[in-house]
Amino acid sequence: MKVRVRKVNPVKALFKTGGGVMRHTIQVTVNGQTHQVEVESRMLLVELIRDVLGLTGTHVGCDTSQCGACTVHVNGEAVKSCTMFAVQADGCEITTIEGLAQDGQLHPLQEGFWQEHGLQCGFCTPGIIMAAADLLKRNPNPSEDEIRHALEGNYCRCTGYHNIVRAIQYAAARMRGEAVVPRGEAAPTGAS
Amino acid sequence: MIPQTFAYKKAHTIDEALALLRAHGDDAKLLAGGHSLIPLMKLRLSTPELLIDIGGIRELTEIREQDGRIELGALVTHRMIEFSTLLKQKCPVLPEAAALIGDPQVRNKGTIGGSLAHADPAADYPAVMLALDAEIEATGPDGSRTIAAREFFQGLFTTALRPDEMLTRVRVPAMPPRSGAAYLKFPNPASRYAVVGVAAFVKLAPDDTCAEVRIGITGAAPAAFRATRAEEQLVGRAIDDRTLTAALEDLVDPDDLLSDLAATAEYRAHLCHVLTRRALRQAAERAHS
Repeated sequence: MKVRVRKVNPVKALFKTGGGVMRHTIQVTVNGQTHQVEVESRMLLVELIRDVLGLTGTHVGCDTSQCGACTVHVNGEAVKSCTMFAVQADGCEITTIEGLAQDGQLHPLQEGFWQEHGLQCGFCTPGIIMAAADLLKRNPNPSEDEIRHALEGNYCRCTGYHNIVRAIQYAAARMRGEAVVPRGEAAPTGAS
Repeated sequence: MIPQTFAYKKAHTIDEALALLRAHGDDAKLLAGGHSLIPLMKLRLSTPELLIDIGGIRELTEIREQDGRIELGALVTHRMIEFSTLLKQKCPVLPEAAALIGDPQVRNKGTIGGSLAHADPAADYPAVMLALDAEIEATGPDGSRTIAAREFFQGLFTTALRPDEMLTRVRVPAMPPRSGAAYLKFPNPASRYAVVGVAAFVKLAPDDTCAEVRIGITGAAPAAFRATRAEEQLVGRAIDDRTLTAALEDLVDPDDLLSDLAATAEYRAHLCHVLTRRALRQAAERAHS
């Protein structure tokens, strides 16, 4: 690998790069709303979402493509928005955690995390919900093992994933149209 | 974690990308899925002045069957490979390996061409490419040429690609009758990269001895490599415990292997042995069934 660290004069670079420019006007549709924004080439998608569009539900955890807190959907697929330049999203449809609830109704995954206590501090939750939404689209009835594998790209440092898995199972059952009784409301068993 | 400023240009065709590469040479980098390049740019280990985004070149996003081979465009993502019905039928080891890369979000963006051109010593595909004897197509100003996988990986982050060429397609064989392949890896628990990954291909003769054997090893050395000494000893023999023990005796020399926080060279050599043995057995079982 070639390792080069050197200073670039941006004006000079402009001349050298054959019309490639440092600033770009892009169009993105985020949670159904279309925005036209000017971005610098090196702006990350997560910076556009949080700092420009003000949607701070998407979090920055590690900034190194590991933790998954920044997961959003780009054209329907879960991606880590800290590892994509905003300019690459030109023309794309983006969904963030703010776009999941419809008409004031929580998405089944949001409801599942609420009912099954799927979070403690909540920092990882938006990313985990977006990753889980991608899983349930491909696999409406995942096993516990499949759920845990699907969360390999998301770190929770509070709960140990136990209730997160339950929350996703809850949502999967709801989305398959099955009646679900949250554990907290189920009749107590084994009581004397 | 802010990359150095750079100019950005979108290439819509292979020719456009090549023209930009020719004009800017070493100052430019091709951007596909970005999951190797963007992390390096954030660390400023890579500081290109121009990024040529090839992500929109439609013709490089297809998986198709042609003349007994499966051809994958350079921009086919790990996720497309993981779920490809065609590959699952004709060359299942490739989807199996793809499913082990990173995590679902990474697999949604990362591409086979980007991964191969980047040539990370711990990437998964190189072992599989070597075991399958895959062909890698590079396109440059004078047209396309085919590079055999065993010629392609030349060293740490170094491939046979010339500076004015781009990797355009990858061709893997459809598995012939009485053949099997397997890929096994010992992943780094944090990064999921291969500490060692071994891919094995076995084709059996009518008497159940090995007619063809190929072993590709990644993660162990600065570049993925074929374990040719072991392959030669296995041809003409049936895969059983005694044969394996004898054939794998000189599989690797720890002096040639990497040592880092994850594993010493000696431990990597041990992993090479264990995984090669298991991968060969699994490949042979699949060849039987």
